[in-house]
Amino acid sequence: MAYSEKLLDHYENPRNIGSLDKNAEDVGTGLVGAPACGDVMKLQIKVGPDGLIEDAKFKTFGCGSAIASSSLVTEWVKGKTIDEAETIKNTDIAKHLALPPVKIHCSVLAEDAIKAAIADYRAKASKKDEPKEAAE
Amino acid sequence: MTAITQIRRNDQPIYLDYQATTPMDPRVLEAMMPYFTYKFGNPGSRSHSYGWEAEEGVEKARGQVAKLIGADEKEVIFTSGATESNNLAIKGVAEFYKDRRNHIVTTVTEHKCVLDTCRHLEQQGFDVTYLPVKKDGLVDLDELRAAVTDKTVLVSIMAVNNEIGVIQPLAEIGKICREKGAFFHTDAAQAAGKIPLDVEAMNIDLMSISGHKIYGPKGIGALYVRRKPRVRLVAMIVGGGQERGFRSGTLPTPLCVGLGEAAEICMKEMDGEAVRLTRLRDRMLKGLNAKLAEIYVNGDLERRIPGNLNISFAHVEGESLMMGIKNLSVSSGSACTSASLEPSYVLRALGVEEEMAHTSLRIGLGRFTTEHEVDTAVEELVHHVTKLREMSPLWEMSQEGIDIKSIEWAAH
Repeated sequence: MAYSEKLLDHYENPRNIGSLDKNAEDVGTGLVGAPACGDVMKLQIKVGPDGLIEDAKFKTFGCGSAIASSSLVTEWVKGKTIDEAETIKNTDIAKHLALPPVKIHCSVLAEDAIKAAIADYRAKASKKDEPKEAAE
Repeated sequence: MTAITQIRRNDQPIYLDYQATTPMDPRVLEAMMPYFTYKFGNPGSRSHSYGWEAEEGVEKARGQVAKLIGADEKEVIFTSGATESNNLAIKGVAEFYKDRRNHIVTTVTEHKCVLDTCRHLEQQGFDVTYLPVKKDGLVDLDELRAAVTDKTVLVSIMAVNNEIGVIQPLAEIGKICREKGAFFHTDAAQAAGKIPLDVEAMNIDLMSISGHKIYGPKGIGALYVRRKPRVRLVAMIVGGGQERGFRSGTLPTPLCVGLGEAAEICMKEMDGEAVRLTRLRDRMLKGLNAKLAEIYVNGDLERRIPGNLNISFAHVEGESLMMGIKNLSVSSGSACTSASLEPSYVLRALGVEEEMAHTSLRIGLGRFTTEHEVDTAVEELVHHVTKLREMSPLWEMSQEGIDIKSIEWAAH
């Protein structure tokens, strides 16, 4: 299978590999996919006090397209608000990396990973607010 | 004859996929050459020396193939390859004996061309039993014995599996078939020339052989068809009645000669080559085990051809690994390399978990594999497995002691 140069670059030199503290309040973690299907993505975002995503990290078990898709989205979400990050579409990822048709599901998974990370962050943030409300 | 040490150009990757195909031995090519040019006659031409010369080449080759498997040369017919041989053996026998017996026994780990042929026959009204295999990839002889009935016309079980290289107990299977009066066909595409085969001692009635798996040309194969007691077949390709009527069509003389030469070289060099390849395989496995934790060999390691390794590198997906090891040509049991997006059915049949099947590589060593190539391969595999594990969330979890099976994964 012939892959695009952009995809190969993300596979060879993946950006933002690593992990953030999943218990930190300003970190949202998304873990999507399934080992049995051959794809698991873990994507984490760290949201600054200004509401912008200041850091993003990923770890991926999967084919080259899955690794490249997750690497790419960590680059894209940085500096965005979570609302902006939420608008990233799998089609944009697939187009940017020129994913072959059988690999489109990798970009879908990357979109799911962002959404899951944002959902996790929001859940933490709302929990943090709850005790305050209760005290009032 | 000159010893060949390397056949690839230096700018080509290291070839470690000898179960997919093999390069042709230069000695084979040399034997074939005259039959492309001045010895071009039709071996069926009886009226002039061109025909006689070609016929002589074909008949010598038939003898060379027969000798490799302990058969008589009259029992060997040439085909286009193992796929055709398997089709002809299974369909041919089933069709001929269908009024008396209509049941076929095979295993779930056969090559697709055997499984698809059996499916085809099921649609025609035949009964087929697909036997499971044990964890080591071998058929359970008691289950086989129980499956073969007085309605069973044919048992088709491969000699050596193409993915995991395990060797089925052929002599024991042959004995059971003979006792029960069923014919025994074996797909020996991966076995011929690699391990000793004897159609008499093993009670084999039909055997498929491929040219390009034994350093011969592509587009040629053979089918052994026993004469005593006689096995009868309905031909699939009819016409001029060549090959005892089993397979019409003008024989491709150069290819036949190439298959014969390849068979003879394999026979002469088999023992020494088995020792050399076993040493190389052990060296590779030792090298990998020294640097990598959690790697697992799929299939029995002892009852296996010397040139095959099938390894699961836990927590590293196979296709991504192959993208990394660009200088190595191997194949993977991962879904991502197949059109179907399903992981290897052979590994699944052994009970290998789907997630582990996704991490498997098939590494095939052969006649032109060198120690230096093996060492380079180990180095590259260690480097890339380590790198990919560092970015694998599953590896991270397993290092943290989290049981991956305890997580509720959403299938997608």
